[in-house]
Amino acid sequence: MGMQLGSQGVGGEGVDLSAVGGGLEPRRPHLRWRPSTAAGRIEERAAYAFLLPWLAGLLLFLAIPLGVAVWLSLTDDQLLRPGRFIGLDNYARAFTRDPSFYKSLSVTITWIFLAVPLFLVTGLLVALLLNQRLPGMTFFRTVLYVPAVLSGVAIAVLWFTLLNGDIGAVNQLLRQVGISDPPQWFQDSRWALPAVALMGLWGVGTNAIIYLAGLQNINPELYEAAGMDGAGPLQKFRHITLPMLSPTMFFLLIGELTAALVIIGPIIVISGAGGAAGPADSLLFYMLLLYRRGFVEGQLGYAAALAWILTVIGLILVWITFRFERRFVYYQA
Amino acid sequence: MTSIGAESISRRAPAPARGRWPPRRLAHAAFVYGCLILLTLFIALPLGWMLTAALKPAHVPVFTVPTQWFPTTYFNLGTFVDALLRPGEPYLRFVGNTLFLAVINIIGAVLSNSLIAYPFSRLNFRGKNILFALVIATMLLPAPVLLIPQFLLFFNLGWYGTYLPLTVPAFTGNAFFIFLLRQYMRTIPKELDEAARIDGAGYWTIYWRIILPLSAPALVVVAVFTFLGSWNDFFGPLLYLDDPHLFTLALALSTEVSRRGTEWNIVMAANLISMLPPLVVYALSQRRLLGGIASVGIRG
Repeated sequence: MGMQLGSQGVGGEGVDLSAVGGGLEPRRPHLRWRPSTAAGRIEERAAYAFLLPWLAGLLLFLAIPLGVAVWLSLTDDQLLRPGRFIGLDNYARAFTRDPSFYKSLSVTITWIFLAVPLFLVTGLLVALLLNQRLPGMTFFRTVLYVPAVLSGVAIAVLWFTLLNGDIGAVNQLLRQVGISDPPQWFQDSRWALPAVALMGLWGVGTNAIIYLAGLQNINPELYEAAGMDGAGPLQKFRHITLPMLSPTMFFLLIGELTAALVIIGPIIVISGAGGAAGPADSLLFYMLLLYRRGFVEGQLGYAAALAWILTVIGLILVWITFRFERRFVYYQA
Repeated sequence: MTSIGAESISRRAPAPARGRWPPRRLAHAAFVYGCLILLTLFIALPLGWMLTAALKPAHVPVFTVPTQWFPTTYFNLGTFVDALLRPGEPYLRFVGNTLFLAVINIIGAVLSNSLIAYPFSRLNFRGKNILFALVIATMLLPAPVLLIPQFLLFFNLGWYGTYLPLTVPAFTGNAFFIFLLRQYMRTIPKELDEAARIDGAGYWTIYWRIILPLSAPALVVVAVFTFLGSWNDFFGPLLYLDDPHLFTLALALSTEVSRRGTEWNIVMAANLISMLPPLVVYALSQRRLLGGIASVGIRG
């Protein structure tokens, strides 16, 4: 990519007009730009040359697969046998003939209602602690973020061991403080999801850091003014911190929601690729079902349909969240 | 954009003056520190337990009553050597594989994203705004939908069982990084390009000699995020690798849990080995990294 341009840097919009001199149109950024000179055409060609890797990736890895995904979901494609067109039968199968489909939906929805509020609230509480004007906060902030840089597999391997019902360190601790019959965690269908949540809480630092940035962006004068008007700490939190933080909270809500929908990595480590997904399929997350149908059983067409159903569910959830945004999120003018 | 975040986070209120604190303030400080110390223990105890388990020799039980959270009795560094050199499945090979993939991904990400961000930030061409909107739009594409056709594509290309599906996409850019670098490149003065052009430099020279070096702070953020993403990736290797010789650390570790008769001290040593490089990178880059993450949140 050795584009050369002589010293006649004239004509392009980006050229500083005052340096080049008159005879050029004034800068009109809102109009569609067209190259009017040779230099401008060279600049345009250079720009597209720089964009080549992205354009290639866009076509090969995004645009074509997206189209293929629609087609696949309408076929009975198996990895080594090209699929026949079967219309909407994959979708009908999911809703009427695959009992695991509803089980996985229920696990995923339960997980969303458990994990999203938990991670949002605990993140905020930790951020409020870190936002106190006391020495040493940098240290705590650094330590609390550590799990966020570790791999989901490493964390799952560690916590799977810690949460072993009989000999795990967590239950030893619980027995020491007098709980004689602690939960069996991953071995108990009722406690498997809370165990995943506990594992997720280990990464509370990620949300806390983002909240903290939002907290530190709040103008301190607001608190001073409220203090002069006689507001107590709780009133300040309710009427200043929460509204000023609501855009950050909304950002995190969307992020947590989409993450909760597609959680899979640590789940495969804990429940394995095949067999029951935790006791009584209690860890049969939607993406785990998709992974098993598509990549373990090789039913790529059916898995593609499952992916589209998940996408529609995700879009509906995000749409609902945006409906709430107008009521609960405060944007500064 | 990254530096803004870093500043806002490091701009702390001055520590209270030494000396007498009023009782209410003392109680407040005690409460805050108490909570934070509990949280720190919540983070540190599992890591401590893992280290304790890894430092035990093979004949000592890993699970004990009461639990040993920190190493006091055994300091058998040999466990790490055993894990790295384990016959048949030496973790040293997995470390090498993972490192190789991470390095290729970093090179790909730094090169491609800066190449792509450069025209978006500093050149004029038809379709610029539409294409940039497209970059942003790709962030919203549903990953699960792309999973299966991408797999089929790589499979039909004959890339299954090789590192190509795990490396080639890194060379085609990533929407978030393009956006981050474009924002950063816009802050570099245009006079530098002008001066270079007067000296006869072409666009490639300007990119390579001026924009790339001056974007170093943002490129470090790209490199660190790419390293963490590649090193910690599990799903990609799970889908595309079938030869245990090519396995990455995360993939090799994931198979340990379900195995019967597991040597837990070896697994915990291997787990620690897999955590060490991200921890080192984090320690070296944490100010910039936390700043970058924080600035993402403010934008939202």
